[in-house]
Amino acid sequence: MLSVKGLKAKVGEKEILKGLDLEIGRGEVHAIMGPNGSGKSTLAHVLSGREGYTVTAGTVTFEGHDLLELAPEERAHLGLFLAFQYPVELPGVNNTYFLKAALNAIRSARGEPELDAVAFMRLMKERLKVLHLDDSLLKRPVNFGFSGGEKKRNEIFQMALLEPKLAILDETDSGLDIDALRIVADGVNALRSPERSVILVTHYQRLLDYIEPDVVHVLAQGRIIRSGGKELALELEEKGYGWLGAEEAA
Amino acid sequence: MITANPEVEAIVASEYEHGFVTEIESDTLPPGLDEGVVRAISARKGEPQFMLDSRLRAFRHWQTMATPQWAQVHYPPIDYQAISYFSAPKSTEGPKSLDEIDPALLATYTKLGIPIEEQMALSGIAVDAVFDSVSVATTFRVKLAEAGVIFCAISEAVRDYPELVQQYLGTVVPHTDNFYAALNAAVFSDGTFVFVPKGVRCPMELSTYFRINARNTGQFERTLIIAEAGSYVSYLEGCTAPMRDENQLHAAVVELIAMDDAEIKYSTVQNWYPGDAQGRGGIYNFVTKRGDCRGARSKISWTQVETGSAITWKYPSCLLRGDDSVGEFYSVAVTKGRQQADTGTKMIHLGRNTRSTIVSKGIAAGEGEQTYRGLVRIAARAAGARNHTQCDSLLIGARCAAHTVPYIEVKNQSAQTEHEATTSKISDDQLFYCRSRGLTAEDAVSMIVNGFCKEVFGQLPMEFAIEAQKLLSISLEGAVG
Repeated sequence: MLSVKGLKAKVGEKEILKGLDLEIGRGEVHAIMGPNGSGKSTLAHVLSGREGYTVTAGTVTFEGHDLLELAPEERAHLGLFLAFQYPVELPGVNNTYFLKAALNAIRSARGEPELDAVAFMRLMKERLKVLHLDDSLLKRPVNFGFSGGEKKRNEIFQMALLEPKLAILDETDSGLDIDALRIVADGVNALRSPERSVILVTHYQRLLDYIEPDVVHVLAQGRIIRSGGKELALELEEKGYGWLGAEEAA
Repeated sequence: MITANPEVEAIVASEYEHGFVTEIESDTLPPGLDEGVVRAISARKGEPQFMLDSRLRAFRHWQTMATPQWAQVHYPPIDYQAISYFSAPKSTEGPKSLDEIDPALLATYTKLGIPIEEQMALSGIAVDAVFDSVSVATTFRVKLAEAGVIFCAISEAVRDYPELVQQYLGTVVPHTDNFYAALNAAVFSDGTFVFVPKGVRCPMELSTYFRINARNTGQFERTLIIAEAGSYVSYLEGCTAPMRDENQLHAAVVELIAMDDAEIKYSTVQNWYPGDAQGRGGIYNFVTKRGDCRGARSKISWTQVETGSAITWKYPSCLLRGDDSVGEFYSVAVTKGRQQADTGTKMIHLGRNTRSTIVSKGIAAGEGEQTYRGLVRIAARAAGARNHTQCDSLLIGARCAAHTVPYIEVKNQSAQTEHEATTSKISDDQLFYCRSRGLTAEDAVSMIVNGFCKEVFGQLPMEFAIEAQKLLSISLEGAVG
């Protein structure tokens, strides 16, 4: 589904990704771990099309399309989703209104009929239940006045609503207590399907206790230096990143 | 270091939709202003002597006044002798029904998106349509007459209800008030008169549409709304104007009077021609609007959505004279391209236990510049006065500016005033967040801006809130910038 070859990217003058290769198959859950500064968030941002990053080499193919040529909204239309590490607040913008507009933009880009208000509300309420979220979410502005945990859960809720083909979860577990973590993990697990792939960007092994990955990669100094099964994560937890020669970036 | 977001800036540039001129013969006075012109205006309107006297007093006073210079707006000096002060389309002499109206005029309204027939049939809103300086059509007068509500052109009111006009006109904004008020009092050509008798709740929204058409014709509208004890009226003023080369002066005066337990809701959606990309040719909107809460427990609310004009200079205000009276001001002002705005409100607390609320939302884009200028004055005898002011600015792009100049004068120790102000930008993060969910940058800006203005739009009569939202989207992507 996603094929990254030799990706090099810089922020300003500093090169962060130094030739990254990654293959994600359909229906697979990949975890990307690594020390601070290794480029994990940079990878997530380059894939989703955030400004401020310059790709200097390499290719990214998503469902047969050249991803790097597409605008962020076009990537979303193709089925890419990024759960932000720091979800952005949109004061005054109602959650329901926002998501309805987003969902219908995506559906319309795919040639699917847009949902009317009634159908959309039904869908919203269904998804709210799965994530044990309150109805009050429907009326609140996007992320404004939300606790950190609520923001993260809202990201997963959006994911549940927009049903992406490839979801990139950027440090979704940071700032979550055990209960919230479990809810988020349940939500992600409920969305697992042979048609959907997930990239979990995370520091800690803990999330992987709840969301079992198919593949674990270690990203260090701008490259994937090691890939393995879920046991790799447990070894890292025991031995630290230094074990692989993957020190924190200067 | 502020960096511009080119995508956002690109959204902000597009064509002004309403730029066209109706080719209709006009009965226009040659440019220039002297006592003869004032007399001619009065004569053409068939006014009684008291009105002519009032105009002449105002004109003579105006001649002694100097143009005010204190606002934060810049424009070349206006040559008052180069403006024509009266223009009436020939085809109208007080029509009784739409059948009598020049079809070209009706077509004009259709082009502007105001199909009168549809309005009449569907929304039940009475429309007093003003074409240049003479009222063309007044609808639903029968229904209003049944309720005892008078809703007519001011020139008709001067002739048909002279006692009312004499009693109230100029009592809220006297001709001595300011330079433009004096000018208006001398040469006002038309406007709306509304009178709601005791205890009557006006059965429908009242509304007026304006249009400036002939070259060099300033619009000097005069509106007077009187709500007697226990009555309620909601009035909507909406304007559009065609593309011109010369700047056009719009110096209107609006007076509102609310008696005991009465309420007046005055809403404005303004979309005057803002000038071309170089800032040439737009409308100058120098308006004096004031509401007098004369009665106890009276209430006057101003709601405005200002997206047009080259220069906007207005402070819809409330005199809170009656005990327990309430004044409100809700405003969204958009400036982009080379537009300038110096606008705000004055809440003057005089009676006891009066309350005022000010919510001002300014959106600046392109090279637009705007200033919120607000006065909250609490007099020595205004015990228990309360004010809450919220003024927020949203900056789009890196070349625009928003300023806030609040004046708070409190002379009573039991008063409570609160002032909050925020300035924000539509951040790149916010835009990216929206885009990552599949929304275009344009839709994202529109959504965020609407969220910013929500509190003000919520105050508009329902029928027009949606129109205002559309206007906001269009003006951010569709006004000459």
